Amino acid sequence: MNGYALLAKLVSLGSIVLIAILLAGFGHDTGYMIHASMIAVIAFGFFIYYARSFSFAAAGVPLQATEDTYLDSVIQAGLIATVFWGVAGFLLGVVIASQLAWPILNFDLPWTSFGRLRPLHTSAVVFAFGGNALIATSFYVVQRTCRTRLALGNLAWFVFWGYQIFIVLAATGYLLGITESREYAEPEWYVDLWLTIVWVAYFLVFFGTLLKRKEPHIYVANWFYLAFIFTIAMLHIVNNLSVPVSFLGSKSYSLFSGVQDALIQWWYGHNAVGFFLTAGFLGMMYYFVPKRAGRPVYSYRLSIVHFWSIIFLYIWAGPHHLHYTALPDWAQTLGMVFSVMLWMPSWGGMINGLMTLSGAWDKLRTDPVLRMMVMSVAFYGMATFEGPVMSIKSVNSLSHYTDWTIGHVHSSALGWVGMISFAAVYDLVPKLWHKSGLYSMRLVSWHFWLATLGIVLYASSMWVSGIMQGLMWREYDSQGFLVYSFAESVAAMHPYYIIRMLGGLLFLLGALIMVYNLIRTISGPKTSMARANSPALAV
Amino acid sequence: MFNHSTIERNATLLLVLGLLTVAVGGIVEVVPLFYLQNTIEKVEGMRPYTPLELVGRNIYVREGCYVCHSQMIRPFRDETERYGHYSLAAESMFDHPFQWGSKRTGPDLARVGNKYSDDWHREHLTNPRSVVPESVMPGYSFLSQTDVDTRYMDEHLIANRRVGVPYTDDMIANAKIDLAAQATDSGDGAEDLLKRYPKAQIRDFDGQPDKLTEMDALVAYLQMLGTLVDFSTFKAEAESR
Repeated sequence: MNGYALLAKLVSLGSIVLIAILLAGFGHDTGYMIHASMIAVIAFGFFIYYARSFSFAAAGVPLQATEDTYLDSVIQAGLIATVFWGVAGFLLGVVIASQLAWPILNFDLPWTSFGRLRPLHTSAVVFAFGGNALIATSFYVVQRTCRTRLALGNLAWFVFWGYQIFIVLAATGYLLGITESREYAEPEWYVDLWLTIVWVAYFLVFFGTLLKRKEPHIYVANWFYLAFIFTIAMLHIVNNLSVPVSFLGSKSYSLFSGVQDALIQWWYGHNAVGFFLTAGFLGMMYYFVPKRAGRPVYSYRLSIVHFWSIIFLYIWAGPHHLHYTALPDWAQTLGMVFSVMLWMPSWGGMINGLMTLSGAWDKLRTDPVLRMMVMSVAFYGMATFEGPVMSIKSVNSLSHYTDWTIGHVHSSALGWVGMISFAAVYDLVPKLWHKSGLYSMRLVSWHFWLATLGIVLYASSMWVSGIMQGLMWREYDSQGFLVYSFAESVAAMHPYYIIRMLGGLLFLLGALIMVYNLIRTISGPKTSMARANSPALAV
Repeated sequence: MFNHSTIERNATLLLVLGLLTVAVGGIVEVVPLFYLQNTIEKVEGMRPYTPLELVGRNIYVREGCYVCHSQMIRPFRDETERYGHYSLAAESMFDHPFQWGSKRTGPDLARVGNKYSDDWHREHLTNPRSVVPESVMPGYSFLSQTDVDTRYMDEHLIANRRVGVPYTDDMIANAKIDLAAQATDSGDGAEDLLKRYPKAQIRDFDGQPDKLTEMDALVAYLQMLGTLVDFSTFKAEAESR
């Protein structure tokens, strides 16, 4: 970056500060004014940061090109953010699980009530923890497999900071009551616009790197990362179309209403699962599992079939969230059929991941990180079997609206997404910080078992409570009267809500052990060997 | 002959083919919903929300009520006995956004209107366990102490009109007047309000006659839920699924 570019950056940051101060002054509601003030403070912080490095003498002098090394510092930052938001998200999960067991913990304050904290928890784990893990690992994988530095200079850093600002605005918005109430897409219009800008920048960096690759082939992991990036862009833009009441206020009304709105939301919602939490993490699987096992991907042909079938089929599955609602029957049936079909490519992917270990199964005994990956893929297989079962209309008539759904989501979120991300972090931290290895493999083992036990407690308690709930709601006595009032079904959930909270607590404990292990690893002695952080060296 | 490595060697081709692949499902499933008779038909009795109900609905959205309460009754014997007639597509046609929900930690609210008294709602929202001992709902005592922000009521109606809710010029011009008129026992402006919004319930909802609070708005919204369509005259076959 030369001096003029820096000057332009300072001018635009300065204008953002001024505009944000004006918006804060003239805003129509408190939440909007607080957000505008936060933006002013953040932009001012960046202004100071850049202003300190500015000197008129340097203007016009281009800085030294660094094309011959990988851009790894942004990945380091991304990994720290992943772990930080992960712990925050798990902690919030334990808090809201406790609120359902002991409602007094809501404290009857607006910003501590379950209704506002639950979106905070889901966004923190899905978008903050999962999103940072995806962005960081995709930057790592795309550089290594294309043997070239990230495209477009420091735009990757804009993606990193822009994404953290999105998280902070979304999170504080929920606490202030700023929400569109669209599940997993709750942020209001201006936060959505900001995410769109950041996401386009992310796409440009990733795709630009693919374009300037030095390998003839695009590696399979990158197909999945790319599909994740462009599909999320499509879903995010369509689902968040809305008309703000005023450009000076936070509230907007969605463009669609009723049944159309419902299907568009679940077309988005299910594919946030399909592309954010599945395709992206499959990219992670296709790089880190072969790398860690030291074996090539089991079947090249299977990965082609896996890729195209999963991105084609997933998008149809949304209507299974709307079984027996006012959505037309044909759409529900279509959603069900495609969901059942999805079972096949999902298991194809699982098999491809697991069989990659053939010839290397003995490593499971000695490498707890690889064990985590295998457990993650196993949970993926379990959840992608359970999902199609629950999408069958007759099963769904029982499971819908109950805790069974919550259990299903968590066995995939904690088991699949959580475990593969932890494994990737454990794999990357020693490499990026130039260490010979992790501080303690024993602690990784502890993390593995605590997390696994936590998931088992969580999923099994939710199976029991969910099915019990569903059965209680529909139970008739011999006279033809409903046996249970709704309140009785709520009371029956209490013990399971406590078990669920304990499961979450174990999972959180495992994550805290990871934090300790990573801090000791990073602060430990550097390895004497130079690491391969240049495209000129091996992948 | 086609060879997959062609795609693997061309990032742009991978991008374009990928985009086409993911676009299909959404287009096939979503687009017809804007044209099919049973998803766009109107049902007798449906009208846009009154300003007070709209404010209440926005509080419902703001507090995240949808994370625990559905507003979508499925056509099962136990659900229709517990909650009432199954929900019709038309009943959420003015809902920007929809609030069908996905989870019943608490009961369905699609037809909760007129099932409980205002006093019950007020007590329940302030201290849920005083009326339902098993409840795990948070308390919302702050609603009674928070005044409704009336300043931009007309802009809210205009925004709704932009996304397709048929608010008339008359409704928009009188938005602030109607907002105040619905939450009072005085009867001022009641006749005009009812002309614009048939079946609107007009009274002091929060037990504080001199104040227009968020409790007024939320209770007014809850009390109208599911009350607009008269199912004693509604013909189900007209709404074939």
